[in-house]
Amino acid sequence: MSRASEPLLSVQGLEKHFPVTKGLLKRQVGAVRAVDGIGFDVVKGETLGLVGESGCGKTTTGRLITRLIEPTGGKIVFDGRDITHMSQGRLRPLRRDMQMIFQDPYSSLNPRHTVGAIVGAPYRIQGIKTEHGVKRAVQEILELVGLNPEHYNRYPHEFSGGQRQRIGIARTLALKPKLIIADEPVSALDVSIQAQVVNLLEDLQSELDLTYVVIAHDLSVVRHISDRVAVMYLGKIVEMADRTDLYGSPMHPYTNALLSAVPIPDVRRRSERERIRLQGDVPSPLNPPPACRFHTRCWKAQEICRKVEPPLTALAPGHQVACHFPENLSGDAPPAPAAGQEKEPGTISPVS
Amino acid sequence: MTFLELKDLRIHFPTDDGLVKSVDGLSFTLERGKTLGIVGESGSGKSVTSLGVLGLHKGGRAKISGEIWLDGEELVGASAEHVRKLRGKKMAMIFQDPLSAMHPYYTVGNQIIEAYRIHHDVSKKVARKHAIDMLARVGIPQPDRRVDSYPHEFSGGMRQRAMIAMALCCDPELLIADEPTTALDVTVQAQILDLMRDLQRDFNAALIIITHDLGVVAELSDDILVMYGGKCIEYGSAEDIFERPEHPYTWGLLGSMPRLDREPTERLLPIKGSPPSLINVPSGCAFHPRCPYAERTAGRSETEVPELLETAGGHRVRCHLPGERRRAIWEKEVMPNLEGTS
Repeated sequence: MSRASEPLLSVQGLEKHFPVTKGLLKRQVGAVRAVDGIGFDVVKGETLGLVGESGCGKTTTGRLITRLIEPTGGKIVFDGRDITHMSQGRLRPLRRDMQMIFQDPYSSLNPRHTVGAIVGAPYRIQGIKTEHGVKRAVQEILELVGLNPEHYNRYPHEFSGGQRQRIGIARTLALKPKLIIADEPVSALDVSIQAQVVNLLEDLQSELDLTYVVIAHDLSVVRHISDRVAVMYLGKIVEMADRTDLYGSPMHPYTNALLSAVPIPDVRRRSERERIRLQGDVPSPLNPPPACRFHTRCWKAQEICRKVEPPLTALAPGHQVACHFPENLSGDAPPAPAAGQEKEPGTISPVS
Repeated sequence: MTFLELKDLRIHFPTDDGLVKSVDGLSFTLERGKTLGIVGESGSGKSVTSLGVLGLHKGGRAKISGEIWLDGEELVGASAEHVRKLRGKKMAMIFQDPLSAMHPYYTVGNQIIEAYRIHHDVSKKVARKHAIDMLARVGIPQPDRRVDSYPHEFSGGMRQRAMIAMALCCDPELLIADEPTTALDVTVQAQILDLMRDLQRDFNAALIIITHDLGVVAELSDDILVMYGGKCIEYGSAEDIFERPEHPYTWGLLGSMPRLDREPTERLLPIKGSPPSLINVPSGCAFHPRCPYAERTAGRSETEVPELLETAGGHRVRCHLPGERRRAIWEKEVMPNLEGTS
């Protein structure tokens, strides 16, 4: 995998607060802090996985990067240009390089358009001339994603779920983008079809030198396709690391809990497995817990977790964690600066 | 006497486009205190089976034949009235999406009370007390307050708990859970699976869990039934299915699934093609157009429907390949590819 030093996409302190209004005058009474200050870089050719439970802000993040919604704070730099508040008109030429794959192949394709019209739409909108005409170009892409080019004149309802997802991918690829944001690209598909689409995404990446941001809730799928993974909880990134580090030695208690909650198809070890069971549900992003947002469900939470928000710091090379009491910490790693407080788990008596 | 027994169950739906054979000759048995996992992709007939057992196809257009024996009673020929008396008390169901399975206009408590009072001649007050007990039993905090909440006031995990409380309120002996955790987040899914395991032990019910997620099945099931195109293609203990699977479709499912407990594989090994249409089920073995080993059956897979035959101690497989060949293919060709390389 080629890795240029310059990131293709750089996100800093990105925020999206959806206003909550009340009454006739639409007075703002609060905000849903869907994404609350996240930052990451994606270098060319790599795949970043964004995982988290529903309501953690992963989809909003995808939509912010593609500027489908307007960020309320932070900065997005794509291919060297600041696109945070760029006008839609100026953004349009850039959209060629940045495309999105949607979750639901049933609602993301217009049922009244033929496959040819759907996959050809990017050429029309961007006003791109192709050498042998749009039809030829579309058919080549259909072939690339494993569809029959003769299906050019068919309608979406004539295809199965997996084939529709391929149509969506073909549309995404039409303009040879550099970056693809895939929001739950396989979660609506059957198991056997999921694997086909995952393999297709991987093949296309090596063939066309694509960069992916894959948003998904399925931790096994994310591990399979990502180079690096960021775990989100209530609008924040709590841990970000290389795939091997994150799955092999997760440091944040939430990541540990998520991983141990995944059912494993191994009947021999089902009774022996050590499990961490989180209590309750994810709190509402309308009123997130103060300081460390995970402290309400965390079994390691101490007084400091309720008072001081842990910053996202690199505790090992390329492994960032936002926690006061990280796990799997190797001895030589620098301890996290914790606002002048003693950080040893044993020294602070738990507050019940 | 077996507690639940299905004999050659067929559920067909006549449509304008042809006969949809959703379930086509399904047989299995299940004892009290045991869990059966039914696995299959969409359209394999797993949900239609569960609705059939509960008698929820009656009055519809479905053509049902075969036999369903529940604790010595035959259900296919029984009157709708009789099956309704059994439903709720003797057998109950947990649906996938609690938001659409619960009535949005009634409080959660009222819905449990209604179910309880249909089967028990008690006052509203006693029923309400029982509803609160049930909500507490499934781990809903402050049940005496939450009993008056509406479904939309619950989170997804809480709603699923409430639905489990509703299903268990009359102490059913057979519980069918149709994709009980598919709509839930993974940490909540783990809570619900734990809860179902505990409750089943306490209530000693027979549990059928229907899902497409092999991980969920592996967590709970004693026995596993794999469905494809309306038929059972492999049946066996959880160990049989996960450690010595013999049907190429089961191999395909295992190869399609990335696993967290193994080193990541370079590539997934998907099944080619897509699940069959139930109107035009392929001739012979329904899986043959997608099967990488079909040519090794000398054309039989295209013409003959294979029988579901026992290979060893309760492990049954519907495949034309001879048993030794299947085991050799699994050991030499399939299993090595499933193990990851670091």
